[in-house]
Amino acid sequence: MDRRKFLGRLAAGLTTLSACGRSTDSSAPPLPPGDFIGTSPDIGHLLRVPGLPPARETQRVPVVVVGAGIGGLSAAWKLAKSGFRDFLLLELEASTGGNSRSGRNAVSEFPLAAHYLPLPTPEATATRELLSELGVLEGDPHARQPRYDERYLCAAPQERLYYNGLWRDGLLPLLGVSGAEQKEYRRFFDLMKGFKTRRDGRSRAFALPMALSSDAPDLRALDRATMRDWMLSQGFTSEHLHWYVDYACRDDYGTSSAEVSAWAGIHYFSCRSGEAKDAASDAVLTTPGGNAWLAEGLARSIRSNAGDRFLNGALVFRVEEKDEGWLVDVWRPEGARSLRIEAKQLIWAAPAFLVPYIFTGNEDAKRAGKSFSYAPWLVANLTLSRVPASRPGAPLSWDNVLYDSPGLGYVAATHQHFRQSTRETVLTYYRAFSRFPPQVARQNLLAWSREECAETVLEDLERAHPDLRQLCTRLDVTRIGHAMARPTPGSIWGPARRLLAADGTRLRFAHSDVSGFSLFEEAQYRGVLAAERTLRRLGKRFVSSLV
Amino acid sequence: MNHALLFSVFIVASCGLAYELIAGALSSYLLGDSVTQFSTVIGTYLFAMGCGSWLSRFIDRRLIARFVQIELLVGVVGGFSAAGLFSVFVWFSTPFKLALYLAVFLIGTLVGLEIPLIMRILKNDLDFKELVSQVLTFDYLGALAVSILFPMLLVPRLGLVQSALLFGILNALVALWALWIFRDRLSTHNPLALKCQALAALTVLVAGFLGAGRFTAFAESQLYADEIVYQISSPYQRIVITRWKDDIRLFLNNNLQFSSRDEYRYHEALVHPGLSALPNARRVLVLGGGDGFAVREILKYPGVESVTLVDLDPEMTRLFSTAPLMRRLNDDALNSPKLVIVNADALQWLEENDESFDFIVVDFPDPSNFSVGKLYTSAFYRLLEKHMNIGALAAIQSTSPLYARRSFWCVVTTLESVGFKTAPYHVLVPSFGEWGFILAGRGAYTPPEKYDVKLRFLNEGTTRSLFQFPKDMARVESEVNRLDNQVLVHTFEEEWREVLR
Repeated sequence: MDRRKFLGRLAAGLTTLSACGRSTDSSAPPLPPGDFIGTSPDIGHLLRVPGLPPARETQRVPVVVVGAGIGGLSAAWKLAKSGFRDFLLLELEASTGGNSRSGRNAVSEFPLAAHYLPLPTPEATATRELLSELGVLEGDPHARQPRYDERYLCAAPQERLYYNGLWRDGLLPLLGVSGAEQKEYRRFFDLMKGFKTRRDGRSRAFALPMALSSDAPDLRALDRATMRDWMLSQGFTSEHLHWYVDYACRDDYGTSSAEVSAWAGIHYFSCRSGEAKDAASDAVLTTPGGNAWLAEGLARSIRSNAGDRFLNGALVFRVEEKDEGWLVDVWRPEGARSLRIEAKQLIWAAPAFLVPYIFTGNEDAKRAGKSFSYAPWLVANLTLSRVPASRPGAPLSWDNVLYDSPGLGYVAATHQHFRQSTRETVLTYYRAFSRFPPQVARQNLLAWSREECAETVLEDLERAHPDLRQLCTRLDVTRIGHAMARPTPGSIWGPARRLLAADGTRLRFAHSDVSGFSLFEEAQYRGVLAAERTLRRLGKRFVSSLV
Repeated sequence: MNHALLFSVFIVASCGLAYELIAGALSSYLLGDSVTQFSTVIGTYLFAMGCGSWLSRFIDRRLIARFVQIELLVGVVGGFSAAGLFSVFVWFSTPFKLALYLAVFLIGTLVGLEIPLIMRILKNDLDFKELVSQVLTFDYLGALAVSILFPMLLVPRLGLVQSALLFGILNALVALWALWIFRDRLSTHNPLALKCQALAALTVLVAGFLGAGRFTAFAESQLYADEIVYQISSPYQRIVITRWKDDIRLFLNNNLQFSSRDEYRYHEALVHPGLSALPNARRVLVLGGGDGFAVREILKYPGVESVTLVDLDPEMTRLFSTAPLMRRLNDDALNSPKLVIVNADALQWLEENDESFDFIVVDFPDPSNFSVGKLYTSAFYRLLEKHMNIGALAAIQSTSPLYARRSFWCVVTTLESVGFKTAPYHVLVPSFGEWGFILAGRGAYTPPEKYDVKLRFLNEGTTRSLFQFPKDMARVESEVNRLDNQVLVHTFEEEWREVLR
């Protein structure tokens, strides 16, 4: 069987699985129009084969930051806030923000990937500093219970679950779940509460940023099993509880609970200790455009402190350490020319898997980069002519999840609109292909047409919204092949991640990969930390954001 | 003769089933829950027929005369059953269900007497096998005929009241016919009296039938009171206006918004305690209130130079600025040169404009869902505050402090949480019940010493009493209603569910 055939079969398999045996109805309305948006796999994949032309021009700058996702933006934010302006921020895409970007149409702004930030923990000092700077955290940023701008807190109703043909408040299945299972729910959450409040010396057991977590041996041992196996070893057998935990792992890590490290799984449930004066502790901050406001806030701050230090549409294709500095070769598809940048210090804020493709030398880092695996994601933005009916049951919420779905449900962009009435809306649908090996699912996702992607999204959601095809006026698809690092057993406390986390003489890694999983707080922490280490090395004075 | 009598069995059976169907239909029409109504009416009716059949054993003599009288009685009672029950429902406080089951039982008993008597009358002419076979055949055929005619022809063409009277006439005709057929056997039984009774019954029934059209129209107009004079579905809501005599009512999505008989109480209370306390008010904003009544009250103040009305639904403002009836009700307020009408989402408009006002009327629908609930949150009141001049007041309709006490005080608590001083008050609007409003401003509020405008309801004395809350409406503790909790929507839903139960 050749590769194409194999992929074809896999595609068929994926479709059948997601469709639950539903046959395609020839009388169904045609697919809504739409495009692939958000990412540029064609440009990124130029790295696969050598042959980009050598640079004819050279530019010198003391500090280069590669990658303008949250990690790179945060590094530049800290540099700029400290009065350091001599840096350049390189980004492959035409716009900055990475997974925290948004799109916009006549109906609403909508997220292209990341869409919420939980209330920051007490130890997430940089996050609190940023929120305070953006005016969303009011008063003392170090307060145990700060006040947050009501407009940024997720509006009620926050979430609902489609289970047994009915939408219900909340994400835990409760209707028709036995008393014994509900007892397991309580025992599980009590256990997580124990982890949440546990302290070893000055460290929380599971801190966010994770670098501040306790390294007690019994906790580190959790990184050796999968979440599912750990739950089974603790006597948790409830099917619904396993679904819920698996959902959480897929939602945050793009990886099923059968593959996620138990340390990461427990981290999800026990790290979020943020509180607010006027809101529930499980509140989250969000906007119609998801987390784009955070990336845009960082970029705005950088511009006002350091001017325009951005070079977008810039593919870094070769990096070499030479003469106590760096040669960074950049391909600019627009204008089709290469550029060499000579820098003293390098902050690598792009994903770790790219290191082996781009670095010359640095064999340890290349080996470490190779050990990471990534979850591919499909994100679809569905523009609807009106909010789909959900009677009987709970009304449209911000986060809307379908039980036993291959997808992760959708968020409604208009939910955070401060409007008297909502008719049209944009739903952002998420799917991590956690049921298949990431490499296979990624190739498959790349091979799919926009129409195939649209079909599988509609099939999943039509179970809950039979009228969706009629309502959908546009369906755009974002494919993110390497959306996030998968925190599999051993990846958290293993050597590869810790190698990237170490300080270097002229090189620092600043990406959520360095934490092992993709959360805003992690990316920001790694970016700020890399910037502070760089400033220290350059002998620049600064006030740390991390204490 | 036999054939004639068997045909009358057919008619009698038709009438019997017809009364049963009419009672069932009428009760489900008036009481709802048709499964229960039909089930209980049919059960009662069949049981009563059993009673009638048993009672037939006590009729020993003068069978034919009794049969004629029973037919007349069935005709009159059954014929007027629908009209009578309608009247009981509309005009009398007598328990309707009691009257219904009494009538059903009476008719059922009389109908139950019919067939045994007919069989006994015919027993000398036919042998038992033939008798049972033929009588019951025609009995069931009659039932079949009516069960098909009733929904397809009779109810749509005649209505329940007239259908019942038609069957009453048929019963009376059967009685007359029996008098003719058995004229030989009846000669000893004072046939003249029977004939008079039959003619009297027939006359009453025919008169009833002819007058029924007018009766039904009258009774139904009493029941549904209100003739729908206007209805339209806009993209935002269903607008219905009904009228009965001088009472014009507006319903939005089936919720009563005003009755023209007492809306002055609501709108005077909404506007004047606030606006009369602001002698220097020049610029006024009205949010919601597309009916123009609040604007009508505001325009009574010559000092007011401009009024801005922001209502989401262009259909509402179009209707109330063009329809002659509506223009009469709101004194043509929506065509005032001082008024600017903006059809926009109030939240969007407040966000995108920086105009500020001396007095703001907030007259949104009750917080019955999460969309409207946003208009009662601290975030909304913070936005509202930005549009208030120094010394300005906002008057906010805040549902009923009696039926939805926690909801009302939740709005007060929410206003206070963003720094407003509040003055809650309430007023009795008969078509709504006890209704609540809140005045909100940056400083303390003092009720006006006097009103310089012409009012029908308010005066200085009554105004002071509006701010007194009796024990059953007194303040209760409440959470702040925020976008991220929307506690008000939950509270409101719970409280009104209790009221409507």
